[in-house]
Parts: sequence; structure tokens; C-alpha cells
Amino acid sequence: MQMPQPNDSVLDRRARIITMLQEVLPADAVIHDEHAIRAYECDALTAYRCPPLAAVLPGSTDEVAAVMRICHAEGVPVIPRGSGTGLAGGALPTADSVLLGVARMREVLEVDYANRFVRVQTGITNLAVTGAVEGDGFFYAPDPSSQLACAIAGNIAMNSGGAHCLKYGVTTNNLLGVTAVLMDGSVVEIGGPHMDAPGLDLLGVICGSEGQLAVVTEAVLRVLPKPEGARPVLMGFGSSEVAGACVSDIIKAGVLPVAIEFMDRPCIRACEDFAGAGYPDCEALLIVEVEGSDAEIDEQLGLIKQIARRHDPLELREATSDEEAKRIWLGRKSAFGAMGQINDYICLDGTIPVSELPRVLRRTAELARHHGLEVANVFHAGDGNMHPLILFDANKPGDLETAEALGADILKLCVEVGGCLTGEHGVGIEKRDLMTVQYGPDDLEAQMRVKDVFDPRWLLNPAKVFPLEVSAGRRVA
Amino acid sequence: MRPMNEDELAEAIRGAEGPLRVRGGGTRPVGRPVTGEVLETGGVAGVSLYDPGALTLVVRAGTPLAEVAAVLAEEGQMLPFEPMDHRAVLGSGGEPTIGGVVAGNVSGPRRVVAGACRDSMIGVRFVDGSGAVLRNGGRVMKNVTGYDLVRLMAGSYGTLGVVSEVGFKVLPVPEAEVSLVLEDMAPGPAVAAMAAALGSAYGVSGAAREPGGRVLLRLEGLAGSVAHRAQALAGVLARHEACARLEKDESRAAWAAIRDVAALADMPGDVWRVSVKPSDAPKVLDRAGGTALLDWGGGLVWLVQPEGTDLRAKLGGIGGHATLIRASEATRARLPVFHPEPAALARLAAGLREKFDPRGVLNPGLMG
Repeated sequence: MQMPQPNDSVLDRRARIITMLQEVLPADAVIHDEHAIRAYECDALTAYRCPPLAAVLPGSTDEVAAVMRICHAEGVPVIPRGSGTGLAGGALPTADSVLLGVARMREVLEVDYANRFVRVQTGITNLAVTGAVEGDGFFYAPDPSSQLACAIAGNIAMNSGGAHCLKYGVTTNNLLGVTAVLMDGSVVEIGGPHMDAPGLDLLGVICGSEGQLAVVTEAVLRVLPKPEGARPVLMGFGSSEVAGACVSDIIKAGVLPVAIEFMDRPCIRACEDFAGAGYPDCEALLIVEVEGSDAEIDEQLGLIKQIARRHDPLELREATSDEEAKRIWLGRKSAFGAMGQINDYICLDGTIPVSELPRVLRRTAELARHHGLEVANVFHAGDGNMHPLILFDANKPGDLETAEALGADILKLCVEVGGCLTGEHGVGIEKRDLMTVQYGPDDLEAQMRVKDVFDPRWLLNPAKVFPLEVSAGRRVA
Repeated sequence: MRPMNEDELAEAIRGAEGPLRVRGGGTRPVGRPVTGEVLETGGVAGVSLYDPGALTLVVRAGTPLAEVAAVLAEEGQMLPFEPMDHRAVLGSGGEPTIGGVVAGNVSGPRRVVAGACRDSMIGVRFVDGSGAVLRNGGRVMKNVTGYDLVRLMAGSYGTLGVVSEVGFKVLPVPEAEVSLVLEDMAPGPAVAAMAAALGSAYGVSGAAREPGGRVLLRLEGLAGSVAHRAQALAGVLARHEACARLEKDESRAAWAAIRDVAALADMPGDVWRVSVKPSDAPKVLDRAGGTALLDWGGGLVWLVQPEGTDLRAKLGGIGGHATLIRASEATRARLPVFHPEPAALARLAAGLREKFDPRGVLNPGLMG
């Protein structure tokens, strides 16, 4: 993965830039010591690392604006960072950049149940937002697997999803407003507690722009009343095809589960070894969860089980207690950990039309054989968001490259069947060079025009999302 | 001009020598009046792809809304966001198209649980002001590949590009619905009751107050579930008033009327659409006077005002925004139709228009 050459003129001014940053921030908020700065050299895509020129941890929107003004005046690239849990390398610095972390900005500024929103600083973790309101029976719906650690800032940058978005949508559907700082240091407020935009939907385009349009410092988030209860049912099938057909039939039947999770045999086996969740020995497994009161859950699960029975399930197990529900989820929730125990892995998140599931799984297995690697599949089946885990050995020379090549082939397959490269992790650097598979030159040009408007000099997180040769003419850095 | 497919649409825009007035079915003449040659999109019509098992519909922009609804109904599905039909309130004719719905981000009562039109959109194809055919998003529900121009197109009233095709996430039609009714509610207590309902765990899918003071709270879903929740919700609302109920067709008719703002249709004067924090709605009514319909639990206020009134001057200081939906051409030329934005946002919007429509041929000036 290539990154642009650092700008020597910026590197030459290193000391002066650090001094300027120290003038507008508390002493401990500017990190430039060569050991301390290692903490910011990568995000969760750890295969790629580069310490920035300096890392700053501002404590307020005003401090963010002051940093941006300095970097704008000095022509220094700025790399925004939430908690650094991103899987696509969206927060990977370059040597000539200032990394701007929002981790010190984690206040809940306003909680309003009558209007069902909260206003937070964006360094707060996803789970802490729910934590702030759950005592009163509310929750924040998007629930990425990293929710314990990931920041709302990163969720907004990547338009993060989660297991429950079939019912509740992704970040963009739950974001009402932002306070954001543009590259030139100007502060804008977009949206608010009201439900729609007066003019163009700038909020919609900022969400998911991977920190390339603005640094979002505060957010107004929709919070929802917690459902009365939830209950999962576990189904085992003899083949992925049958499981896929069952998913489609459930969706068509008019019940809308909050989650439909899918695991294939390699994944089931690894989870079973790791967590002992009591999963059946079968080719494909579904976990379907519905919400409501006990009576409502009975009604919905009755329908769902009826549909499942038409597909000759090898196992059909409904949780009859909280304990059993936890056990059903235990394996799924430990899937990534289980895989990590036995192997290094790359986790991709291409999305496909649900109806293409059987074909994609078959082709994925063929591609894996061709590259001589194993792939385990676990994914959000309701919305077609795949999570193929490509297993490799980081200590074996060439294995990472082979795994990346297999990953690229799988993502091309996702696009070929009508899907997309990434459903929730973002493009970052990881999928940057595949963008031309999904989009034509004009389509990429249209997206880059948006950045031209928000950040004419391309200083904000410049070397991400677009292939370097495509953005070359625009980037200063 | 009436292109019959996307290529012809692109051709028409490329060849434009002056401003174009983009028109779908012509049922929503909203915005500052535009002079220019009419570009009709109704010819670019038809369903491109419908996959009920994936809750996905991709349809060309000129397709009549009624046809979209009929295609979905055959599979027991629907557009989640319940788009309003503007014909009654605007006194317009024609057939609404799906492209027009997208251009205006037109969303109805179910917006409180299902989101707006923008939230159901998963992909677009459009022609920008230079005549280039562009696409963004696709046909899958989760897609964060590159920037989200899908939402940027929603509600841009054809000023950034003319939509040729749209992908939607659709939903199953609820098996049953019932509405709880609270009579004679003053605005304050009405908004409080709606907030209590929307803040409950019972999945209220509509919360509106009609001009006469009747509050309706809608529940939808499987029959057994609706019955259970109706009873539970009545318990939550017990301190407000004894609840009557509207069942099935009665409930459906009441919500169609709320969706289309039918109560204000025949009243003389200008019609404004005000988007506020729901709890600010009583203050809006208090300051503005006139007849009002509240939807979205108070978050959406429809108001009738004497002709030519600058409602924004009366509302000063209340957050949110006001759009002048129905007024004479003279009033719409004098008062900004869309709420004036802070300078920094206006600059960004102008910058985007300049990039996507450098010649300024697409509905120039319509959004101010």
C-alpha cells in the first residue's frame, strides 16, 4: 500500500509548527516525543504504520479550530482520529501530517428525552452514548462490534453500521446534526434537534466522508426507546444455499427481525472451540433476533420458525431464558476473537444483494482454494453485509500479500454481483485502489468535487478513499 | 423537452443553451419561480429491478408514484417513508413521479420511525449540469464506498443534477394498524402526549395533531402485536385523556389526510412548513397564529398564514427552519422559499452547485 512522499518543506518546518501548536493548546495536548507518538502511528489496520509529525489532542471545538487554522496556513495535512479502531486505515498518518485526535472531547452536553436526542462531543465512545441514556429506557441504535472502544467521531466519519441496522439503520439515519470544523478553521453547525435540513443535505454528505470534509466535534444523535425485550432463535442448515433462501423468505414474509446473523462451517467450528456456545455441527447457521413484549416475540418467532421449518433445518432452537439467549449470541460475538486465536486474519465487509448469497459463498470458497488460504464467513445476512475472514500467517513471508490479493478478488466479486466494496468499515487506504472497480472516472470525479468545495487544497486526510493516481492532481501532499 | 431514456436526458442537458425547469409530474411547484425551458422526466420511466426478498427496488425517476406503490403492493411491500401527495394543498394537477419525491425529499408521518425519503434511498443515477451521467450508491442497504451523494441528491430539487434512477430499501406493509385518539388537546398537552407516546417502547409510527385539536397516535405491525401495544400505550396516555380508537380503513383514511395536509388545502392564504424541535411546536403556534397541523410529534408544523406574511420574522429565535410551500409567484419571488442559511453553509451549498452545474442551467435560483 503506497502513501505519498512526505513534503520536505513541511518536515523542515517541524519545530516551528510544533511551537505554533503549543501556543494554542495545553502543553500535554501536543505530542511529538518519538516514543509517545508511536501510539498514533496506525489504527486497527496495523499492517501499515507511520508516526505523524505531531499528534494533538484538543479539548474543545475552539482548540480544534485553532489547530486547523495553523495547519491550513502552514500547508500541513491533518489526519483526524476517533479512537483508532478503524479497520480500513482511515486514520493512518503520513510523516508530514498533524494527527488530530478527539479523544479528550467526550462530554455528554445535553440529554432531551421529550425530543429524543442527545448532544455529545464526538470523542465519546459509541457505547457510552447508550450508557448515558439507558437508565431511562433509551439507547443509541448503531452498534458496531467495536462499540466499547470506537468513538462517535469515527462512526460519523465511516457511517458505521452494526448488527441491528436492518431495523434501525446506520449512523447517517440516526444523526440529526453536527458541529464541524472545516480545514480553514471555520466552524459550522449543520442540522440540530429538528428532523430535516433546510437546504442541501450537507449533513448527509459529511457523514461517511472519512474525515476528508471536516472534523466533526459535536453531534446531535437520535436516541430511541428501548424495546420491551428481545429473543434470538438459532437455526442450523445443511447448506449455505438453504440458509440463504430461508433469510430471503423471512424478509419477504413481512416480519422484520432486528438482526439476522449468518455463520458458515469454518466459523462455527472456530467459535465452538473457543467459546463452547453449543452450536450444532452443520454447514450454515442463522441467528435471528426479534424484539417486543413476550407475546409479540412469540407471534413473530412463531412465523419465523414456520418459515424455517419449510427449509428442513437440522436444528431450530429458541432461547427460553436470558441465559440461553446469551449462549446463542456468545459464539457469534466471540467470532472475531476466536479467529484471532487460531490465525491472523483480514476482515472485509463487502455487501451483496441477499439473493446472491449462495453464489458468492461458492465463488469465495473457490477463490480461497485458488490462493491456497482459508476463509471463514460470518455476516449480517439481513442486509447482505458480508464479513469474510481471510486467515493467514503474518510470520510467513508473502502470506499477507496473498491474503490481500484474495481480499481484492472477493471484493471485486461483491461488486460484480451488484454489491459494493464496503458496507460499514469504509475505504480508507485498504480499499482505496479498488474504487475504480466500483466507480467510473466521472463518478469518482463527482465525489472529489465535493472535497474540492470543503477543502480546496486537499489538506484534510488527503491520501485516503481515492486511488492516489486519481487524486494526484488535486493533492498538495 | 421530454427525453425517453437516460441517454436522451443527458443529451438534452448537454445541449441546453439556457436555464432548464426540471419537471417530473408537475404536482409540486415548490420553490422560487424559475424561467426556462421545461425538461420533463416522465419519459424516463419503468422498474429496473425489484427483489422483494432483499427489500430492494430500483426504479427510473419518471415512474409515477402510483405505479411504484402498485408494484410494491403486489408483493405486500411499500415505500417506508409514506410520501405526501402535494396536489390537494397546492391545487396542482398531474401525476406525482418518484423522481419528484426524491427531488423534494418528500416524507410523511411514518418519518418518525422509518426515516425520511433520504433514509430509504440506497442508490442514484443522475445527470449533472454538464450532461455527465453519474452514479452513487447502488442496490444494497449498507454501502459506505466513497462519499454519499445519494443523500446529497435527496432534497436538492434538481439543482445539482437530474435524477434518472433511484434505488430504495422498501418494507413489508404492516398486517394491521390502529390509531389511538385524544380529543380536544391544546397544543402544549398535545405535544406532551405525543412525546410520551413516541418515547414509549411501543413503536408509535405516527403522532399528529389535527387543526381541531384531535391527536392521533398510530401503531402498525402484526395483528396480535398491535392489539397488545394499543392497550399498553393507552395505559401510558391514561393521564392525558380516555382514548378512543380508529381501526383499519378509518385509521388509514385519517393518516392519508394528515400526510397530504388535507385539512389546510382549502383554506385561503399561504402555507408554510416549519421544521422544529418537537417541544418548540406550541411556541411556534403561539407566535404565528393561524391554523396549524402538527405531524412528527410536533417536529413538523404546517401553518396557514395571511398572504405575503413573513413567518420567519414572527418565529425569530426558535431553532429549525421554515419553508414557504404555497404562495403566489409574487410572494415566492419576494420571500425566500427556503430558509436562509448561515453564510458558511450557504457558501458550501453555492460551491457544490457551481461544481455540479457550472453553467447554472438546472433549476437556477429555485432554492434561492
